[in-house]
Amino acid sequence: MNAGMTASLSPAATQVLTSLLESRTGQQIEPTRVWRIGTALKPLLRELGLDGFDQLVAALVGPNAASLADRVVDALLNQETSFFRDALVIESVATAIEQLDTAEPLRRVRVWSAGCSTGQEIYSLAMTLLDRGNFRSASLPDMLASDVSAATVARARSGQFSQFEVQRGLPVRTLMRWFEPAGETWRIRQEITRAVKFRQHDLVDGPMPPGLFDIVMCRNVLLYFPQAVREKVLDRLARAIRPDGLLVLGAGETVLGLSDAFAPCQRFRGLYRRQADARFTFAA
Amino acid sequence: MKTCLVVDDSKVIRKVARHILETLDFDVREAGDGQEALEACSQDSPDVILLDWNMPVMSGMDFLRALRQTEGGGAPKVVFCTTENGLGHIRAAIDAGADEYVMKPFDRETLESKLQIVGMA
Repeated sequence: MNAGMTASLSPAATQVLTSLLESRTGQQIEPTRVWRIGTALKPLLRELGLDGFDQLVAALVGPNAASLADRVVDALLNQETSFFRDALVIESVATAIEQLDTAEPLRRVRVWSAGCSTGQEIYSLAMTLLDRGNFRSASLPDMLASDVSAATVARARSGQFSQFEVQRGLPVRTLMRWFEPAGETWRIRQEITRAVKFRQHDLVDGPMPPGLFDIVMCRNVLLYFPQAVREKVLDRLARAIRPDGLLVLGAGETVLGLSDAFAPCQRFRGLYRRQADARFTFAA
Repeated sequence: MKTCLVVDDSKVIRKVARHILETLDFDVREAGDGQEALEACSQDSPDVILLDWNMPVMSGMDFLRALRQTEGGGAPKVVFCTTENGLGHIRAAIDAGADEYVMKPFDRETLESKLQIVGMA
């Protein structure tokens, strides 16, 4: 079989790969997006010296199947992100944090980036807070960042980014202030990486982090879930957010028709406020 | 339509940059070194200048210092675009009056992102 033929994806292989992704992450690949499977997995096929997707599927029941499955799932997840993606949203979140911090100075504000990918979002928030001058690195909010992919969380935690990544959305003055060159890559300064706790976490089925958060950013995550899973995840997030706390979704995402626990926030456009009297549909 | 002057001694780089900039709706002019760039600016000041560092006749840094001293020379946004990727070079460029910095190799997304940051895309 030549390299060009590896692109052909049988219905059986498609079925195996999409159910693997769904059982591990809750994510569904829409029929119109099935073409992405081939593109996403080709580098892995090449690396493993496999001739086609049917061989890959066969290997998924062979020895070392578990670690191979991890790698397949990692490759299928869309980890697209960039620094200061939707800069206005980052500014709104920073303002909300500052207001909370002023209103309740004795309590540390708690923020969670759920579905953090390689960490650009939470790091952008930390840099924004420091640059605005109301926080020092030692007084930054309690920041948690999680992703379903362990490999991605490890990358985020390392704080190391390629030359291409540090040129997406990141002003050069911010690069100069908060990054150090590390060989061919750039590493975000320790005072920032140290302020963020990273962990692998499955939003759909994993045990939720303890305590309540003031703000949860869960951006461009829900869109990969089918409706029932979106409802379930919103319900879980509502339980993890304080009454009157904030939920931040991606630009194309909404709670409308999915959850009564949130309502559009009056103060910050595009953000949602966790209703104080929210009732839950799903068991805790 | 916004205008961009691409200053680079490599014809290939100028062509690649021109192609990307035209898809971003820029009217593009080219210069092969700093001296040519100064002349181009004196005729008609561009909105943005994409500037290489190492060039014969006049380097990007010498051009930038000269430009910023001319009347109206503070107006164009200057985006360095160079293989000089060290922090020292970046700092020197910003101190000399550059607005942004692109480390080569670059792609369309990089250039578009940096032009957005300087308010031009």
